[in-house]
Amino acid sequence: MKFGVVVFPGSNCDHDAWYAASHNLGHRAEYIWHDSSSLGDADAVILPGGFSYGDYLRCGAIAKFSPVMAAVKRFAAEGGLVLGICNGFQILVECGLLPGALIRNRGLKFICRQVELRTETTDSPFTARGERGRILRVPIAHGEGCYVADERTLDELEAEDRVVFRYVDNPNGSLGDIAGVLNRQRNVMGMMPHPERASDPLMGSTDGRVVLESMAAALAAVR
Amino acid sequence: MGAITAELVATHQLSEAEYARIVELLGREPTYTELGIFSVMWSEHCSYKSSRLHLKKLPTRSKLVVQGPGENAGIIDIGDGYAIAFKIESHNHPSFIEPFQGAATGVGGILRDIFTMGARPIAVLDSLRFGPLDAPRTGPRNRRILAGVVAGIAHYGNCFGVPTVGGECVFEPCYNGNPLVNVLALGVFKKDEIFYARARGLGNPVIYVGAKTGRDGIHGASMASAEFTEESKQKRPNVQVGDPFMEKLLLEACLEAMRTGAIVGIQDMGAAGLTCSTCEMGSRGGAGIEIELARVPQRETGMTPYEIMLSESQERMLLVVEKGREDEVFRVYRKWGLDAVTIGEVTGDGLLRVKDHGKVVAEIPNRALADEAPIYDRPRTRPLRTAPMEGPEFASRSLEQDLAVLLGSGDIANTRWIWEQYDYMVRTNTTQGPGGDAAILRIKETGASVAIALDGNGRYCYLDPREGAKLAVAECCRNLSTVGALPVAATNCLNFGNPERPEIMAQLVEAIEGMGEACAFFETPITGGNVSLYNETLGEGVYPTPVVGIVGLMKTAAPVTIHFKQPGRALMLLGGLGNCDATRFGSSQYAKVILKQLWGLPPALDMECERRVQAAAREIVAAGLAESAHDLSDGGLAVALAECSFGGIGAALDLASDLRPEHLLFHEGPSRILISTDRPDEVSRMARGHGVEALIAGVTMEGVVRIGNRGQVLIDCAIERLREPWDTALEASLSSHAG
Repeated sequence: MKFGVVVFPGSNCDHDAWYAASHNLGHRAEYIWHDSSSLGDADAVILPGGFSYGDYLRCGAIAKFSPVMAAVKRFAAEGGLVLGICNGFQILVECGLLPGALIRNRGLKFICRQVELRTETTDSPFTARGERGRILRVPIAHGEGCYVADERTLDELEAEDRVVFRYVDNPNGSLGDIAGVLNRQRNVMGMMPHPERASDPLMGSTDGRVVLESMAAALAAVR
Repeated sequence: MGAITAELVATHQLSEAEYARIVELLGREPTYTELGIFSVMWSEHCSYKSSRLHLKKLPTRSKLVVQGPGENAGIIDIGDGYAIAFKIESHNHPSFIEPFQGAATGVGGILRDIFTMGARPIAVLDSLRFGPLDAPRTGPRNRRILAGVVAGIAHYGNCFGVPTVGGECVFEPCYNGNPLVNVLALGVFKKDEIFYARARGLGNPVIYVGAKTGRDGIHGASMASAEFTEESKQKRPNVQVGDPFMEKLLLEACLEAMRTGAIVGIQDMGAAGLTCSTCEMGSRGGAGIEIELARVPQRETGMTPYEIMLSESQERMLLVVEKGREDEVFRVYRKWGLDAVTIGEVTGDGLLRVKDHGKVVAEIPNRALADEAPIYDRPRTRPLRTAPMEGPEFASRSLEQDLAVLLGSGDIANTRWIWEQYDYMVRTNTTQGPGGDAAILRIKETGASVAIALDGNGRYCYLDPREGAKLAVAECCRNLSTVGALPVAATNCLNFGNPERPEIMAQLVEAIEGMGEACAFFETPITGGNVSLYNETLGEGVYPTPVVGIVGLMKTAAPVTIHFKQPGRALMLLGGLGNCDATRFGSSQYAKVILKQLWGLPPALDMECERRVQAAAREIVAAGLAESAHDLSDGGLAVALAECSFGGIGAALDLASDLRPEHLLFHEGPSRILISTDRPDEVSRMARGHGVEALIAGVTMEGVVRIGNRGQVLIDCAIERLREPWDTALEASLSSHAG
């Protein structure tokens, strides 16, 4: 079981995701450089937080053109598990693997805060080990995390049970209090909060572990 | 450019005597480029010419200090083969002219100082001073400056990927035209992988990496060495523009290039840019350096040698690499998409030789620039102070109301509005972030943790610079001890007015001496820092504001925080109720906020007692006896008690003191720490072992803050009544006034 953590120039939560997967959860984890056209032997891929390519133009807008994203798209199309956290979520919506967009926070300021998330579905390889309705304490740290989509997309997300996490107390103006969503095939998830920062008792919460644990369990089941 | 005239010399802020000295060192008149080079290297900012004589009085050594002052940052050994590099620096002048970029590039500059030594930055803290936000005339500008500075720090740190984990923010009218922005950065590395800024090895190539050079920031260092006048706004082009993404690439590329083993020396281009990095590396290595400006990557056309040498464009580094191994280094920078160009080589003649398309435009001994700047023993009288020794008669109408007002006042109110804009968790090392007595970072590699705190009190120092500086060191150490860390080393940022005024020079010298005495006493040597003088606008200067940042070491463990955890616990005051008289009360927050006065003297500090209280606190915390711990500082006992209660569990105190109620509740006598515990006997025993009073002051309970003295009720109210003003004041004062 091996997690691949993609490193773009400007990624800065790459180490945190790698550390959570390898040291907190005890799986293998390896970095994948952005100009790589293959994901190697990674069983699941994490697009970490940060400011890929400086987030110039628009968050995630340049990252979608990187060679590694072509590989990520192929991987996703073949059913591989892809988790985008924060900037990773922004990249996934930019490249069309997830619907909607992430715009500036309602208050126009960067917010770093421990927030509460409600687990909305466990029908996903990212939350299968969780409990529906369960409240998780997981931090956010973003300036552009306000999730928006047109009404039809929002209705679709609700109807297809693709909203994975919702903020209990909406910090950024996201429509429907949405903090994380799935693609239609349910193998790609993006979320603005940082589960990798809530995977170590010393960091004040281990509620985020459920995400990587669920992914590992899903992969173990396939094998 | 024609001959060097007296006017030209004067506009370069060089005195006649200094110019004569330059001519003597060169044995001839300088060229225009050389004049520019001397002017920045001999500026106050780069040469420390007014302070150097006195900085020598600071203690700089201990068995943990690996590197003291004189390098890019100080280094201390943290055990298990690891070390940390840390330093504080000011960016006061640029932040006044252009708050966002001024503060952002302040963060960028200090981060480069850390990773140029090979350390990966893991924390930033900031110490901020502004004019009052609600002042009728200057309030709007102060609000704009604060918002810009905070956004600038957030922008740079967040994008770079270093957590901003704490700091302080203080408001006084004296900072109206002179905001202070001091940033501390700390990095970690292996003790045997330290890099130094030294040019060595005849014929080794000198390599320029990072951003291209532009016309921004020319004479930034000189700007930081003069008072502000009405014309200072025209100096906006002197402020640099930062690009944290570029810096992040530079960080990763430099750390990777260092692993090749081909790098001999490395220094960032900060103040005075290419000039400073070349001559300092040459001087430290006892070598000469020759560079060709035509090879310097430039983002503008037609730049003169003068402009290229003095540019302070950000995100640039200078490397000396082992000859023949350039390609190993180039390969790394290419991977990260950065410019890396050989611009010269190390020579044996000790000279900085600058060529432009083959023609020599400057030729100066490196030592003359870096080490032979004039040193002044500037005249000094008594420290400036106009405050009276005696204060007004007063009597509180409502102590409860006073407490609520204090909690909602600038220096005490919750600064969440500021620190929530900082990513204080990235890199998942922050076991305690903003809002505690000290920030704590675990070192993943070793099982140890590093605690850091920043302290400075301009009011105390204005009344008595020597005692004020000592109090800052004592409080900083106390903050660390309160979280269980042993203070081991310090860095300082000395923010003062114009040193050419004897009464300001006296403030500086007394503060340095006081700080030196306290740092020696608490065994926290100063390993580096920064002096920022000329913090004056239109003749009005700041309070003497020495800021100290101290690091402490502890075992990694879940932190003891300030909030009470359980009702029914014993509340103990290590160090007891302390003492105060009318004179010493004049420096308190109560005097400032409630009485709107400043008089008398700062609190009395007994360093011997302080040390014992801190030792007791560390032992109690390490033994796991404290459920909560918080030191007493601004606003005294009542404010500390309220802050401990803001988690929802309050307390009832039953005291027996002869102090008048205002003094009892709000005096700021040092050497006191409030802890809650379910094992008061053991706490008492440990305190006794250190000869420290551990007063059982009361008991924790749900929902209320109650303080009585000899049966008289002084405060009795619901926590929410106190929490509300504390929690909302800063945001309210920023948002209620548009603009």
